[in-house]
Amino acid sequence: MSPSSDAKTTPKITAQVVAKVAHLARLDLTEAELALMTTQLTGMLDHFGDIDKLDLSAVTPMAQPFPIKNVYREDVVVPGLDRQEVLDNAPAPQDGRFRVPPSNGSES
Amino acid sequence: MSNASSAPSHATVLPNGWEMVIGLEVHVELDTKTKLFSASPNHFGDEPNTNIDPVTLGLPGALPVINRRAVELAIRLGLALNCTVQASTFHRKNYFYQDLAKAYQITQYDQPINIDGYMMLPGDVRIGIERAHLEEDTGKSTHFGGTSGRIHGSDYSLVDFNRAGVPLVEIVSRPDIRNADQARQYVSELRSILLAVGASDAKMEEGSMRCDVNVSVRKADEPFGTRCEIKNVNSIRAVGKAIDYEARRQVDVLESGGTIRQETRHWDDSEGRTHTLRVKEDADDYRYFLEPDLVLLDPGTEWVESIRASLPMLPAARRARLAQLTGADKESEAVYVIVERGQDDFVQLVADAGGEPARALVYVQQAFAEAGANPSVPAKDLAALTLLERDAKVTATQAKTILAEIVANGGGDAVAIAAAKGFEALDTSAVEAMVDAAIAAQPDAWAKYCAGEEKAMGAMVGAIMKSSQGKADGKVVTAILQAKRG
Repeated sequence: MSPSSDAKTTPKITAQVVAKVAHLARLDLTEAELALMTTQLTGMLDHFGDIDKLDLSAVTPMAQPFPIKNVYREDVVVPGLDRQEVLDNAPAPQDGRFRVPPSNGSES
Repeated sequence: MSNASSAPSHATVLPNGWEMVIGLEVHVELDTKTKLFSASPNHFGDEPNTNIDPVTLGLPGALPVINRRAVELAIRLGLALNCTVQASTFHRKNYFYQDLAKAYQITQYDQPINIDGYMMLPGDVRIGIERAHLEEDTGKSTHFGGTSGRIHGSDYSLVDFNRAGVPLVEIVSRPDIRNADQARQYVSELRSILLAVGASDAKMEEGSMRCDVNVSVRKADEPFGTRCEIKNVNSIRAVGKAIDYEARRQVDVLESGGTIRQETRHWDDSEGRTHTLRVKEDADDYRYFLEPDLVLLDPGTEWVESIRASLPMLPAARRARLAQLTGADKESEAVYVIVERGQDDFVQLVADAGGEPARALVYVQQAFAEAGANPSVPAKDLAALTLLERDAKVTATQAKTILAEIVANGGGDAVAIAAAKGFEALDTSAVEAMVDAAIAAQPDAWAKYCAGEEKAMGAMVGAIMKSSQGKADGKVVTAILQAKRG
């Protein structure tokens, strides 16, 4: 899959778009919150619309905002966390594992 | 194992006029000591949740730092797949599922480390490789309760995070594959390449190599149809079976007036069919965004070129070299098998010791299936045997017996063994006399053979071999019989 490339059109934020994004983030918004978020997100996207109006043809696209690159770790094992200590903090450990409610999809 | 020599099965799978379009997404776990972004062990089969740390568990404040060796192995693989290696970035792929504690997977999105490669399959078929990018593996959830032990209808899941954060490369082919045979060849060749460059142990049975198969069908020369993605395809054999099943299913749906919807399907190997797992979410639903905790990964020309210089000769080049040496077809089963076992250097040693290369190839294939890359038999002993057989001093059957004895004893003088066993191939005039005697003894069989009944020859050859006590060469006997028939 590849990312969409039409960066020049600023999408319009509607209450439906906000509701969908809220669902993806598992946020349970009230009608009032939905209206508020719609107004606020519209303001933010308008700002990006302003940036899009500038002539940026001479500016090199930036993949990363940080001036440093290539921070590596060597491939050496360092002891991690103790299982018992970790599971003692979990709500429902079982058989050395984390017991969780069922989910309805899987990835990878 | 290669399927290069197996008969194509695709011709009969789809009705006339239909074509399969297949793309593969293969995940491989890299053979590192530690995880992609943290220092816990990358080790299969340990007690659950013993290889965990704050990064693996997504604890607040934990920060990922990339494993240099994982990057190096990804580049080795990319170069072996003829990719361009480029500066790359990481993104967060956001979704809610228990196998990732952070609620996102760190992966590469619009700037992957390896792009635009290809792999060659038998028959000079070129399969494009869109990308081979780095990402972290997920944890493992096991579902309990309900009726099936599968996720739907289960009551709860138990999660083990040992695998979470293990370095993966996802190799995405272009939709250039046109039948199940090619798909199997692609996976088989990819596995050989992974082993050759040391990027992964590529064990499908342990999940260190996993295939997702994208299948669609179309009428020849029409645009691509809607594709379905098949998961849980856990062996090379299953790759072929799943593709043939799914393509046939799609054609049946389309021919009965239905439509294919884009979805993810699950391959059930015991039932031999696919089931709907879920309707595909849009790519945008993952809300990819740049991982703010990682910086640009730019390996640079110098490092990439030093990795390229350190690559071993790849399987395709080794097969070509072996084929050149022995005169065998580079797509023959013998050539694939010997290179797969890493015994092509041993065949070369036999040739260097004065042996006849074509027979050396046959002997090594026959005798050293379990021997590994370096059979513990002197190459010169095999070389001597190839010459005995080439010069018709012993028959092919006798050579096989001598070979077995040499292998059993870890070496031996072929000439001495032949003498001890009384193996002396008869000279042609003696064989001719035996053939004449057999014709006289079996006039009926000879008449039938002369009348074109090829089966009758078998009985005559058998009788001659018997009277020669196995010393006559079956090929010579056959040739004399054919010559006498005229």
